[in-house]
Amino acid sequence: MNFDFSDDQKALGEQLRRALDKASPLGETRRVMMEREPYSRAAWTVLAEAGALGAAIPEAYGGVGAGPLEVCIAAYELGFALASTAYASSFQCSSALLRWGSDLQKEKWLPALASGAAIGTVAFSENGAGIEASAISTVVREGKLYGAKQAVLDAMSADVAVVSALQDGKPLLCVVDLHSVGVTRVPHDCIDPTRPSGDLVFEDAPCSVLQNTGFSSAQEILNLGAVVLAFEQIGAAERALFMARDYALVRKAFGQQIGAYQGIKHKLADMYLKIETARVHAYWGAWAISTNAAELPLAAAGARVMATEALDSAAKENVQVHGGIGFTWEHDCHLFYKRSRAYALALGPALRWKEQIMRQLERANVS
Amino acid sequence: MDFSDSPEERVYREKVHAWLSANASPAVAEQDLSVVADADNVPRAKEWQARKWAAGYAALTIAKEYGGGGEAPIKQVIYEQEEAKFDVARGTLDIGLGICIPTVVVWGSDAQRDRYVKKALSGEEVWCQLFSEPSGGSDLAALRTRAVRDGERWIVNGQKVWTSGAHFADYGLLLARTDPAAPKHKGITAFIVNMKAAGVEVRPIRTMAGSAEFNEVFFSDVSIPDSDRLGPPGQGWQVGLSTLMHERMKAGKGFGLAGWKKMLDIARNARIDGAPALKDSRVRERIADNWAQEQALRLLSFRAQTALSQGGIPGPEQSISKLVDGTLAQQAAAFMLDLVGEPAVYAAGSDSPLRSVYSSWMWAAATRIAGGSDEILRNVIAERVLGLPTDARPDKNTPFNEL
Repeated sequence: MNFDFSDDQKALGEQLRRALDKASPLGETRRVMMEREPYSRAAWTVLAEAGALGAAIPEAYGGVGAGPLEVCIAAYELGFALASTAYASSFQCSSALLRWGSDLQKEKWLPALASGAAIGTVAFSENGAGIEASAISTVVREGKLYGAKQAVLDAMSADVAVVSALQDGKPLLCVVDLHSVGVTRVPHDCIDPTRPSGDLVFEDAPCSVLQNTGFSSAQEILNLGAVVLAFEQIGAAERALFMARDYALVRKAFGQQIGAYQGIKHKLADMYLKIETARVHAYWGAWAISTNAAELPLAAAGARVMATEALDSAAKENVQVHGGIGFTWEHDCHLFYKRSRAYALALGPALRWKEQIMRQLERANVS
Repeated sequence: MDFSDSPEERVYREKVHAWLSANASPAVAEQDLSVVADADNVPRAKEWQARKWAAGYAALTIAKEYGGGGEAPIKQVIYEQEEAKFDVARGTLDIGLGICIPTVVVWGSDAQRDRYVKKALSGEEVWCQLFSEPSGGSDLAALRTRAVRDGERWIVNGQKVWTSGAHFADYGLLLARTDPAAPKHKGITAFIVNMKAAGVEVRPIRTMAGSAEFNEVFFSDVSIPDSDRLGPPGQGWQVGLSTLMHERMKAGKGFGLAGWKKMLDIARNARIDGAPALKDSRVRERIADNWAQEQALRLLSFRAQTALSQGGIPGPEQSISKLVDGTLAQQAAAFMLDLVGEPAVYAAGSDSPLRSVYSSWMWAAATRIAGGSDEILRNVIAERVLGLPTDARPDKNTPFNEL
């Protein structure tokens, strides 16, 4: 039994923690928000230099050829830093290319995604209809894409997207260079301006179809994203818990540290409980990705549901422990509060993933 | 990252499994937890323990020189995982073998170890733990049972409570106050007490579940020879604390009062507005939530097992697991009864198909209290893991008799 990351993987985490602490402290995340930048170039550069962007991309395509466990470790650190940069979405994009891309498609995009020269994302959800197969109205005709995708995470910073669409009435995935003529990015005011989403509108946009893909391909990519995003969520949740803990140790009320009151102690213990129960789910999800396990749909959904709850709880109770100061613009609490919702909404809300859990359980336990 | 045994662990698991297959029948159903502390279960438990003793499985982690297996804790975990697949009398002797005897091994004199350890490991003598009192549950160090020295013996007067198995135990591990002028943690001494001695009276406590697993134990001028004092006078608190370490070295023990499979089964058969309850999205969400918590418990035990497998000590997984488990089981059982609807009021019937759900709902209430209440465990996490200040304890340095 070795339900843990290896020493090398942990060392990568420590290296990233130090580098992100320097290049992407919370002040950098705030700067991105204030200056309305699409992402933090500083944080992205740290990921590129550590080899975290190409961790799961084979060396033949310019990657490190390590694997998805390294991706999970990096995601956790990004979450802990609350960095303003794509990661899970770029991993989803390169994973789709690796699975179903032609040699040409791989050679075009994977080296750039591995080095950090390009940012990738995936675009599945459509107006008012979510991410399910029945929601797709974007179509591919003669190598051109027509339609619109809504609320695409990292749409404002990405260079390339894997998009779900219909061709001859059948769902598939295709690759789109977002700098092409025919692609319009539509910015919106987002709950979390440090990880902005946006709409992608395609009109005569050149695209290339990924072979042998269907809606199940989109689901598979969603499952990968759910696990990696869960690590980001848990990293952010742990940071919020530490913030609340540190404040509870210095803030005094009625003659003693507020952290000495059980009302605060038990609240923090519950935050910890949710984080640790989510963490083991995320580990299980990481194992499922790395071994291509049949349990992946269940493990991904479990990680997604638990990590969403853990960060929701940590982010809101962090504000609560801070009291009035936690509600101010100047304090960092709201960065976590806003990020918690952005993560919860990306890839579809927890209710969707709970339904995925149920379908898997019913299948496993047919009576 | 993997969930498989190391080669050495695999060999051991196969060996254990082969022995169990030759000596017991496979488990057909979940063990009924309510018989664990039933006196009727004792002969069967003793017989099984004797067989384990003969085969060298009686106390795997206790050193060989004291009659144990001298194995690493991971072997105990593997043994228990395999044993759980067989229909044997489990649980009845756990307090003695898992808590009392390891404490005697650590704190006892050579004479005490010779006298007590082997007879317990072989299933001949049964032990109970005499810690809690009416005035001290979570606050164990508030205990008031007095032991007064009288030459080469101690005279004990007082009362213990919640003592599992006292009605069939031969010996007990007792904490008593020997120096009331010392602060509460410093005036306590540990003893081994003969439960058949004159002046020991055991009275059953009937629980809300209707059964009587626990007892009150009264001591009236009970005489304990000084040779049965365990550890130095005044060191009883340290003796008591060391038992908690033994608890921590366990991993992979089944909690599982909840059961999403049972929930799924009930939801398939129950109906809401004429349709199967399983089609109701509210029901589906509850089952998914329940599964996620249950699965977390399973995965936490894998984390603890990983630590043991690598020769380390598990972290706070057990505290987390216990906190999750009690509340989860309580909610899950109530939800299952609700799913069935009005007829579930008959769940208390001994032949009711919902009897195990009813039982789980009852016992979950005890899980949340016994062995560290939810509130104490939250304090433990807040203080020892997160580093928050301890609760104000005005009694800590005051002589006990001035409190």
